[in-house]
Amino acid sequence: MSPILGIFASQGRVSSTAYESIATFNGTGSTGTVTFSSIPSTYKHLQLRITALGTAGAGGYPTSLAYFRLNSDSGANYRVHSLNGNGSSASAFSNTSNGDFIYLPGGNSSFYASGIIDILDYADTNKTKVLRQLSGSDRNGSGSIYFNSMLWNSTAAITSISLQGDASFNGNWTTGSIFALYGIKG
Amino acid sequence: MPATYEPIATTTLGSAVSSYTFSSIPGTYTDLVLICSNLVEITNGQGYIRFNSDSGSNYSRTVIYGTGSSAASFRQTNQVGLNVGMDTSAQRIRMNVMNYSNTTTNKTVIDREDSGTAATVGTVFLWRNTAAITSISIQSFDGSASIQAGAVFTLYGIKAA
Repeated sequence: MSPILGIFASQGRVSSTAYESIATFNGTGSTGTVTFSSIPSTYKHLQLRITALGTAGAGGYPTSLAYFRLNSDSGANYRVHSLNGNGSSASAFSNTSNGDFIYLPGGNSSFYASGIIDILDYADTNKTKVLRQLSGSDRNGSGSIYFNSMLWNSTAAITSISLQGDASFNGNWTTGSIFALYGIKG
Repeated sequence: MPATYEPIATTTLGSAVSSYTFSSIPGTYTDLVLICSNLVEITNGQGYIRFNSDSGSNYSRTVIYGTGSSAASFRQTNQVGLNVGMDTSAQRIRMNVMNYSNTTTNKTVIDREDSGTAATVGTVFLWRNTAAITSISIQSFDGSASIQAGAVFTLYGIKAA
């Protein structure tokens, strides 16, 4: 097998040290904040893979726009550029915010949102941090998809990542939600 | 540490086919990644990905794409498979099947398609079924043997801690 992603051994088997699972959070219905802490600096990049749905509250299911905080930074040090589609038109926006740039479009009942976020050179203290995201939710008649590029305007190595729902989020991540953090070695 | 991102199976088509199936997919991973390259469906330029041989109207998608001159989004509901491009510019598909072995949730797929001459495409698919996925089929649009030789299909498993 020829290498596909550049991280596979030439004999076709993945090196056991190239792409490693760091930690996983499984939704229980009783927790609304996900935190990955004490992230080791031994990898080149990180990848966060998410399938998630917030629990329903009085207002129904939330829009599930999760806030994303790096190293507990709640300042306006994040910038996102987004290309997104809602099934009828494509649009783009950018904003500077205090962390609301993981767009997990709201699910409904058992229709979960999914997202893959790559955090490049997360431990490099000589550069600000760039993230890229592909995420979306389809509900057979509604839903949206996002291509996002994000900046965390800090040169600090990333040692923690936390996610929580936005203002419309009623509480907790449902069972069946999974947040998995992986490390990729260079 | 055991392998986290692991090839499950791969094939290169030696002749044109109507379909190819990865079967008996183990339920021991968290996500699956299906990568198709040199994928050309010569009759219709498109085809389907189906799970567990389900050819019912249980699939849907929301799409964003750019052609080089414009960007647009569309939606399709109640489809008979995950509709993907297989045009003559040798489409490349990278499809993430998320939480595929969970038996309580419908299945979401995040997909990136790249065509050298047509468009770049991002898609979120839904398969309205809570069954664990045990097979994945790549199929021509009309069932004819029109998926060309030379296509490469590789299935990977990603296992969370």
